[in-house]
Amino acid sequence: MRRIISILLENEPGALSRVIGLFSQRGYNIETLNVAPTEDLTLSRLTLTTTGDDKTMEQITKQLNKLVDVVKLVDLSEGAHIERDLMLIKVRASGAMRDEIKRTTDIFRGQIVDVGPNTYTIQLTGTGEKLDSFVAAMAEADILEVVRSGVAGISRGEKVLRL
Amino acid sequence: MELLSGGEMIAKALEDEGVEYIFGYPGGAVLHIYDALFKTCKVPHVLVRHEQAATHAADGYARATGKPGVVLVTSGPGATNAITGIATAYMDSIPMVVLSGQVATHLIGEDAFQETDMVGISRPIVKHSFMVRHAEDIPATIKKAFHIATTGRPGPVVIDIPKDCTRPDAKFEYHYPDNVKLRSYAPAQRGHTGQIRKAAKLLLSAKRPVIYAGGGVILGESSELLTTLARKLNYPVTNTLMGLGAYPATDRQFLGMLGMHGFYEANMAMHHSDVILAVGARFDDRVTNTVSRFCPGAKIIHIDIDPTSISKTVAADIPIVGPVQSVLEDLLEIIGSLQEKDSQQPDTGALGRWWQQIEEWRAKHGLWTGRRYGESDRIMPQQVIESLYRVTGGDAYVTSDVGQHQMFAAQYYKFDKPRRWINSGGLGTMGFGLPAAMGVKLAFPDMDVACVTGEGSIQMNIQELSTCKQYSTPIKIINLRNNYLGMVKQWQDMQYEGRYAMSTYEDSLPDFVKLVESYGHVGIQVTRLDELDQRMEEAFAMKDRLVFLDIFIDPMEHVYPMHVAPNGAMKDMWLSKNERT
Repeated sequence: MRRIISILLENEPGALSRVIGLFSQRGYNIETLNVAPTEDLTLSRLTLTTTGDDKTMEQITKQLNKLVDVVKLVDLSEGAHIERDLMLIKVRASGAMRDEIKRTTDIFRGQIVDVGPNTYTIQLTGTGEKLDSFVAAMAEADILEVVRSGVAGISRGEKVLRL
Repeated sequence: MELLSGGEMIAKALEDEGVEYIFGYPGGAVLHIYDALFKTCKVPHVLVRHEQAATHAADGYARATGKPGVVLVTSGPGATNAITGIATAYMDSIPMVVLSGQVATHLIGEDAFQETDMVGISRPIVKHSFMVRHAEDIPATIKKAFHIATTGRPGPVVIDIPKDCTRPDAKFEYHYPDNVKLRSYAPAQRGHTGQIRKAAKLLLSAKRPVIYAGGGVILGESSELLTTLARKLNYPVTNTLMGLGAYPATDRQFLGMLGMHGFYEANMAMHHSDVILAVGARFDDRVTNTVSRFCPGAKIIHIDIDPTSISKTVAADIPIVGPVQSVLEDLLEIIGSLQEKDSQQPDTGALGRWWQQIEEWRAKHGLWTGRRYGESDRIMPQQVIESLYRVTGGDAYVTSDVGQHQMFAAQYYKFDKPRRWINSGGLGTMGFGLPAAMGVKLAFPDMDVACVTGEGSIQMNIQELSTCKQYSTPIKIINLRNNYLGMVKQWQDMQYEGRYAMSTYEDSLPDFVKLVESYGHVGIQVTRLDELDQRMEEAFAMKDRLVFLDIFIDPMEHVYPMHVAPNGAMKDMWLSKNERT
């Protein structure tokens, strides 16, 4: 089952490698990974998506919590939450495809953020599923490049992950 | 406030931390530190002959004393040589602080001479690691390292120190902190009372209980509490390889070690139990045999300081996260009140039948109840351990290497006290025994310290005979010599139709007697059973000499019992070469 784990991590050199190393060392999957500083400069917020059965997930969260650099951790997928992935996708846009791509982008509420004589660069945010659907919808087009931020997530309502 | 250089701060911080020995080896990146040690430090330094031995010696010291071992090595090869010893300590949860030199900050990342990414290389085998970036951070970093290494589930901590942070001409105000607070590190202080109450009720309702106690009982200084609990309930106790000594081996309620080479009665009792109280043990694969067939009728109570140990391999019915000591105290109290107020008592009838069954198992195949090894005109390895036990009055510190000799020592030396049995259980590190024995002997110079080894293991760190000479550590080395890598040979006998693929040295072994004599020690060869006890006594009578007993044993002997694998349960064992359950 797919899970979204969000971590407050000490903003220290080597902290990220401990998290990543744990996953490879113990044979867990990481599907997406997103990390950046927070408003508190001593902390980074790391969001990762992974898959595993309940027993594996229990071990993953316990093992992560055991890392000295992990300050706090939450499994966002246990409750109501918002998840967003940002995608920048560059496609060949010429001839009849140019209009078609524009229409599809509008349907998905994406934005064309860079225009070249023969290319469009489209920005799209949403769940991973929505981005996957957009890529699928672009099957006819010539996709030149895809870059995704990985999932960032936050709980809905009053629930917060902070010190 | 004193003004000290980085190197001097390290020396002073180790003093202030109460360190008794530093095990190490100098080199370019740590020369400033060594100079500071030489000029000012009161902590004695033990110069080993290889950095791996520094870590094992510190580890042996830590296991015997309960205090953290301290290692100082240089960058590059000094650091990488220490890795095996750090991994050994990590697997067995041994408190250790390793200070490694690093090239100067401005050279990091440039493939400088003797540069290696120590924090990176050691990452999967440390509890935590630090890279010093500013000299003024040194005292607080050392304090944090000791705090993390010794609290919660103990383990090794690495501090990597670039050379420029220790230079003698840059001085800083030195203050060693009294305590340390880390917002992201707070090991459990108490177990959950509700869970402990549930555990108490389940324990009292048990009809076929077993207490399965591991190294955590020893690390958590809880042997007495465990013994009190077991005696109060009259429940049988088995220890893991790491837990030997946590419960007195000569006590009637002790079933012996469990697991792959565990006692018949211990493995049978586990398999047929209805309630298992696991204390400071981690259901290692060398204990459980096939997990899906592990103890099918048992409810499991699992006490451990480390939540990741609980339900990792075998699911716990009642998990209790907390220090073994406080949880056992609470458990004893709750059991006491349940017995008094609610007059809940153990089912003495069921318990009587359970003990009767256990005694039958013990009488049938118990290792200590009859001669369980073969007759031979050669010395049997088990007889050597029995002789060692007799001659030392069962009161020696025994270190071991890894292989058949380790299992024979674990099976036949009856450890009545914690911290007396010192072996690499988790990682299984050959070459551990001799340096570990050095560390133990330095901690307890008046005690008998024996290193039980084989000619394979001893040659992995035999250079430490020189260190033993320099620091006068008169340990006794008991070499069970069979001219094979015995445990490898045993598996080749059992699973590879006796094809001894690269498991013999043919005629290449040294004359160990001459070898140890060249280091200034005493060597004695023993080839006949009728001289075994006498030679053993002679060796231990030489209080101030290191004695190497090179004992020629029957090379064909196997370690039994042995779990049947793959797909075996706890109860499935080979009891001899042609007898199985």
